[in-house]
Amino acid sequence: MIELRNVHKRFGKQVVLDGVDFNVREGETVALLGPSGTGKSVLLKHVIGLIRPDSGTIVVDDREVGKLSRKDLAQMRSHIGYVFQNGALFDSMNVFENVRLGITDEDKFRDESYCRARVLECLKLVNLAPETMAKFPAELSGGMRKRVGIARAIAGQPKYLLYDEPTSGLDPVNADVIDSLVKRLDNELGVTSVMVTHDVRGAFRVADRLALLTAGKIVQQGTQEEFLSSQNPKVQEFLERDFPDATFAA
Amino acid sequence: MAAETLDLRRYVGRWTLSAASEVGRVSLLVVDIVRSLREVRVWFPRMMTEAWNIGVGSLFIVLLISGFAGAVTALQARYQFTGTIPIYYLAGVIVESIVLELGPVLTGLVLAGRIGARYAAELGTMRVTEQIDALESLGRSPGSHLIVPRVIAGLIMIPVLTILADVMGIGAGWFSMKLVLPITDADFAYGARSFWRSFDATYSVIKAFFFAGSITIISCYMGFNTQQGAEGVGRSTTGAVVASSVLILLLDVLLANLLLQQ
Repeated sequence: MIELRNVHKRFGKQVVLDGVDFNVREGETVALLGPSGTGKSVLLKHVIGLIRPDSGTIVVDDREVGKLSRKDLAQMRSHIGYVFQNGALFDSMNVFENVRLGITDEDKFRDESYCRARVLECLKLVNLAPETMAKFPAELSGGMRKRVGIARAIAGQPKYLLYDEPTSGLDPVNADVIDSLVKRLDNELGVTSVMVTHDVRGAFRVADRLALLTAGKIVQQGTQEEFLSSQNPKVQEFLERDFPDATFAA
Repeated sequence: MAAETLDLRRYVGRWTLSAASEVGRVSLLVVDIVRSLREVRVWFPRMMTEAWNIGVGSLFIVLLISGFAGAVTALQARYQFTGTIPIYYLAGVIVESIVLELGPVLTGLVLAGRIGARYAAELGTMRVTEQIDALESLGRSPGSHLIVPRVIAGLIMIPVLTILADVMGIGAGWFSMKLVLPITDADFAYGARSFWRSFDATYSVIKAFFFAGSITIISCYMGFNTQQGAEGVGRSTTGAVVASSVLILLLDVLLANLLLQQ
């Protein structure tokens, strides 16, 4: 389980997170929605300890992230796959080496034949051909880069998958492909997922539960039905563009 | 007047805090480097690649510059000292100038530009494209994957390049002297030996070692802490070159004062 309790974060004078309470239960897929620049990615980076909160606590599997030692933090991270917004692939390494780095068990990482098989398996899961292994990130399209990023994130067989805007910058067809991929991986691998996005339709397609972050606070958490029937004007405003026909409950 | 004094105080206060914070962060990086040394299996193969890149990639420019420095030292020594001291003394002047000062300092400054800029730009780009975050998110230490290989490679290869620069500088000086002065090989060797102390070579390597530490640690620090996109990478790169060059010159004075005592 992932839980954020009263998390505050500011960069200089800009308040990004202003008392965020957010939780993700085992096995579910939660989409974290919100307009651009509201701190969704910052929130996600708090979960994995890449950013420390000014105050508040982040708990992953009953362990407080801020109190973990260097070794324990590395171990916790090895159970979490993080898909970066722009892939964040290592540009000096080819696809095989990039995905291989995702194998977090050191003994398995040293086993050349295991690595080869695992990388092939992960590439297959994200619908990439084996020939992609030899290519460098600069030779890949945006969609392929995202998929390699996902392959790297799942290579270590994580318990949690955190997606940071997996469909941003993609055309609608490729965005649908990535959404379907996320849904399929959640079902096939049985992982717990958090997807940060501002693509409402994609979120509704993939997530079991949704949360809306605006002005540094989670203003609504709940199921799709709860979102569609929400009285909250911020929720209505956010959904209006994608669901113009939705009849928000009076 | 009072407002100006207050502003000055604020400025000095801010600058002091900022400098203390930078020193603290560099110290934390050094601690991280020491901790990461345990992960030999991770950093050793990467260190070999970096060492090869530094050595082979910098050899030509280092030899070129030290060769010219040696030749110019010989020609200036002829201009300044001919007729005032025995010719073979000039060999001592050339060898000592090259080994004690020009070899390590010129090599250090050239590599501050070449290696320092490269490390800062590489790590800075990795920072702004979230590659360093990605490495951390995989539970891997950026220290053992990125910093330690670069620092160790520099600590090994920069002294090696300095030794080669010393040899090249002396060779070029010797050759230049023979072209412009009636000096024999035996006279040159005699002159060089008469001023030579066995510590001189050690001193040259010690200086190179310190210069290597300042180049690699500062440039890795600058690159690692890059912010704000392409502009930030540019700022880190120039900052790394300027800061490590200034530190080389400061260390040059400090080491001469500490180690060159009669």
